Amino acid sequence: MLEIKGVSKRFGGLVALNQVSFEVRRGEIVGLIGPNGAGKTTLLHVVSGLLFEDQGEVRLRGRSLKGLAPWERAARGLARTFQHIRIFPGLSVLENVLCGFHLRRRAGFLSALFHLPRTAREEGYLREQALRLLASLGLAEKALLPAETLPYGEQKKVVLARALASNPQVLLLDEPAAGLNERETRELGTYLRALQSQEMAILLVEHDLNLVVEVCQRVVALDQGRIIAQGAPEEVQNHPAVLEAYLGR
Amino acid sequence: MKSLARDRRRLGWLTLFLLVLPVFLRNPYYLTVANLTALNVLTVAGLVLLIGYAGEISLGHAGFWAVGAYGSALLSLRLGFPPVLATLVVLAAGTLLAALLGRVILRLRGNYLVMATLAFNLMIYYFLVEAEDLTGGPPGLPGIPPYRLGPYTLSGDLPFYYLLWGVSLGVLYLFFNLVHSGEGRALRALSEEPAAACLGISPLRYKTLAFAMSAACALLAGALYAHYLSFISPKTFDIFFSVQLVTMCLFGGKASLWGALFGAGVLTPLPHLLEFLEDYRDLFYGGLLMAVLVFFPEGLSGLWGRSRGGHARD
Repeated sequence: MLEIKGVSKRFGGLVALNQVSFEVRRGEIVGLIGPNGAGKTTLLHVVSGLLFEDQGEVRLRGRSLKGLAPWERAARGLARTFQHIRIFPGLSVLENVLCGFHLRRRAGFLSALFHLPRTAREEGYLREQALRLLASLGLAEKALLPAETLPYGEQKKVVLARALASNPQVLLLDEPAAGLNERETRELGTYLRALQSQEMAILLVEHDLNLVVEVCQRVVALDQGRIIAQGAPEEVQNHPAVLEAYLGR
Repeated sequence: MKSLARDRRRLGWLTLFLLVLPVFLRNPYYLTVANLTALNVLTVAGLVLLIGYAGEISLGHAGFWAVGAYGSALLSLRLGFPPVLATLVVLAAGTLLAALLGRVILRLRGNYLVMATLAFNLMIYYFLVEAEDLTGGPPGLPGIPPYRLGPYTLSGDLPFYYLLWGVSLGVLYLFFNLVHSGEGRALRALSEEPAAACLGISPLRYKTLAFAMSAACALLAGALYAHYLSFISPKTFDIFFSVQLVTMCLFGGKASLWGALFGAGVLTPLPHLLEFLEDYRDLFYGGLLMAVLVFFPEGLSGLWGRSRGGHARD
């Protein structure tokens, strides 16, 4: 589903990504781990189009994404969350999730301006869908609150719902468990495993190794922009290079 | 949906109020002020979309006023267009040009965009001053024909009162529809650009949309102004007017379309109402501006929303 082929990215003299290659298959959750500054977020930026690679390419369902802007990649079935949440302030929880339906809207600008029946019908339908999505995350009763007033853990759920709303084929999650308490992390794990049955390819960047081991089929470990190990979760977790990268040398 | 119904209801009450207001405005001078207020409300409503929703500031909207005013005036004076047609042509062509201009300059960020819009305003202004043969230069352009509909000629303060407020309220009605739709949400999502982009919202596309709509408001206001007063001069459209429009937007509250009504509705008549203060007028006016912006950074509509226990933006 998602292929990353020989991707390199430099910032001045710093090599942030160095010949990174791996793939995420349909229905699979792949963990991406590594110490701070390993290049995990940079890789997500390159895949989602917020940064462009210097070398290599990213392919989605066999088609190259080279040169495509983030919104064009979203239209091809890519969705992501951000480490720093990036909730839309001033919008309610429900409206935040509705933003995730952007690409599924068919009624356009003029229809919206004159509030044609088309727009009214579509809004009603999308609201229903968004509420259903929020209910699945236990947030239905908070739908009308301003999103930025929710506790951190719940905001993370909102942006997850927002990303899922676009019905993506590839989902990139940037540290979804960071800042969550133990219970919330367990819930997240359960939720992600449930998502897996939906034939989505998920790339999970995460520091919480327990979560990674719990939900991922495969794990890729990065250090200083290079892949140092990949394979089954336990295998990678105990790989000498990974232990060295995490514990220092 | 509920909030759209609520805004429509309030707009309905406001329309009723404005329908009967002329009965109490016996002095024709007050009617003129009310008419200029309607034009400013129209323009600032567009600026709310641009500044409050899309998050971009323009100091060039007096330039669009000028294009609307001079465009419609010259088409009807020099080329013999019926004034109504001239206004529609200028509105359509000007909006298209604004969209093209927006696509280029909205790639600029923050201060650079402000400079670009300022430069646009200055260019228009100096063109009006220098191209005397065409525009009449600094003394202005007199004798702009009034709107005609069949045998009926539209002139005088009262007919224009209903025309100008009708247009302003109509545009507000359409904009309320817009901001309560998916398109309005997409605009507000631009406050977190990367996140919006990753949901399929093209920031440039939506900023251009907001810019074009705000330009359309200013173009229309300018054209209506020209055919209302039948005389225009470049001085009206200098950058200070652009600054004033942005001030109205921030003073009224950029987060809500009601801000356009508060901002233009208070700041347009205020200098006239304060004339009894004579030399102290500007001092008081400036002091009030500062006090509101310092103590209520969300503007008057933010204050109103809060005092009603509601969320200013919902």
